Amino acid sequence: MALPLKYNVRNVLVRWRTTLFTVLGIGAVVLVFLGLRALARGIESTNANTGDPRNLLVVRKGSQAESGSLVTRDQFRTLRDLPGIARNEQGEPVVSAEIVMIVSAPRRDGNGEANTLIRGITPRGMELRPQVTLVEGRWFRPGQREVVVSTRMARRFAGFELGGTIKAGPERLKVVGQFDGQGSAFDSEAWMDADEARAVFDREQYSSVLLRPADPLTVSNLIARIDSDKRLALRAESEVGYYSKQTMTATPINYLAGILGTAMSVGAVFAAMNTMYASVGARTREIGTLRVLGYSRRSIVLCFLIEGALLALLGGLLGCLSAWLIQVGLTTFNVTFGTLDFQSFAETVFQFRVTPDLMLLGLLFSLFIGLAGSLLPALRAARLPVISALKSL
Amino acid sequence: MAAEPIVAIRELSKVYQQGEINVTALNEVSVDIHEGEFVVLMGPSGSGKSTLLHIIAGIDRATKGSVLVQGINVANLNESELADWRNQNVGFVFQSFNLIPVLTAAENVELPLLLTSLGRAERRRQVALALELVGLGDRGHHRPDQMSGGQQQRVAIARALVTDPTLIVADEPTGNLDAKSASDVLTILQSLSRVSKKTVIMVTHDPKAAHFGTRSLHLEKGEIVAD
Repeated sequence: MALPLKYNVRNVLVRWRTTLFTVLGIGAVVLVFLGLRALARGIESTNANTGDPRNLLVVRKGSQAESGSLVTRDQFRTLRDLPGIARNEQGEPVVSAEIVMIVSAPRRDGNGEANTLIRGITPRGMELRPQVTLVEGRWFRPGQREVVVSTRMARRFAGFELGGTIKAGPERLKVVGQFDGQGSAFDSEAWMDADEARAVFDREQYSSVLLRPADPLTVSNLIARIDSDKRLALRAESEVGYYSKQTMTATPINYLAGILGTAMSVGAVFAAMNTMYASVGARTREIGTLRVLGYSRRSIVLCFLIEGALLALLGGLLGCLSAWLIQVGLTTFNVTFGTLDFQSFAETVFQFRVTPDLMLLGLLFSLFIGLAGSLLPALRAARLPVISALKSL
Repeated sequence: MAAEPIVAIRELSKVYQQGEINVTALNEVSVDIHEGEFVVLMGPSGSGKSTLLHIIAGIDRATKGSVLVQGINVANLNESELADWRNQNVGFVFQSFNLIPVLTAAENVELPLLLTSLGRAERRRQVALALELVGLGDRGHHRPDQMSGGQQQRVAIARALVTDPTLIVADEPTGNLDAKSASDVLTILQSLSRVSKKTVIMVTHDPKAAHFGTRSLHLEKGEIVAD
């Protein structure tokens, strides 16, 4: 039978100074690990939160993203006339040919310029994206050099405020409204009229086509039809599926979290080990006494592993709590992050997201640190010869 | 006195290796100890009395010879069996009390019982009984650092007797106590032997302490020189 848990808890608490420093150390490691993961999770959840499951996105065969895709006007016309596409109340096919362009804009914090994404969109395209809602000003008017930006972009870039102007080559676009993409990838975009965008950017072709099949049964037929049409050379996939695959941007941050997490965890393991060795050293006679009373070597190992785990879990909890508080703070003050999207080569805006599964991961990470750090001290404690342990001062 | 000894020691030797030198701590010791005896082991430092006590109690192993406690050859038990055997058959009292500082008196006394199959309520009852027996029934919630040395040693005795062991072994139990506390502790050990018929084996340097025993064994250079 194992020693009572209160014995472990009190031993951790009685050495509160060493406990405190070890907990702070492990907490800091968990915070860095969680912080990086939370940034990656922010990007991932932005993409996962984008699109309507009823929509299909069509891009050129071979291109992974809209920005590298070209759809000609002929191709668009062919697509529009395909059977199985939903029609609106006016009997028009629910199809939106769109153009995606990059414009460099100055950051509001004075930290240079960054690429921003401007989407030329049609009224059908706006109907197809009901999650995007106007929160300030008005929508752009067709034929006008007007643009509506996301509130998050407005906070990050100079000139993106209501009434401001965005420089697009020799042209200037007036900001007439702000929309909320509700945490989706559209929060990293500015929208304008599609035909106006083609004129401003001197583009004959579109970048992509968004359409809605008439009913769920026609979806697979429509995808197969577009994919197999050699004249079209286009491919279609669900809009949700397309965005959920655009998580490459999170990859470097996830790698960084892995590398930094591993490197820092090695340090934390040694810190935990040092604390646990000190604990074993200070309690040598106690260990001898427990052995004399009949506690097996296995009980002693378990006892010190539990103590190491407790110590580390306290650190893990501290790390999780700190990460959560940071998230609360960032949300309260509307702080967002931006990074280069490797698909569109524009800045993607995302939030710091500490989710319950990330917190669980943080706790498991701390548990690993605790167990790895206490294993050798625990084995040493169990191997102490009883007689010499009893004679220890 | 029972015909069969509780402890039967035959030609027991213990040789330590110190560098390249062999040091004989016990040399062919043979002795029988019977139920209810209060045996006092005396002798100068290095005479082998503590070694003999440790081997009888199963916390050290002999180089040669045998120790049979109630017919069980302790030398034949492996580490894990020996730990169980100690828990069930031996109660220990140390010179420095060896209480766990983060646990209360009652929790300290309960420690050996946690290894038994007793339920919580029964364990509590046994702990209360043991503390009552050493006169500390009202001190169960005190931590060791809130008690005097004499009280701590009495808690240690309660811990030693709570499992109702065959043997109670005490290694210099009064070495760290004032005269009054030492007398209290020795009186308890004596009554355990007289009233409860426990077999008590105690190592001591103190001739006054020896008077509490029923039998004295004098060791010198690893041999019993007087019984």
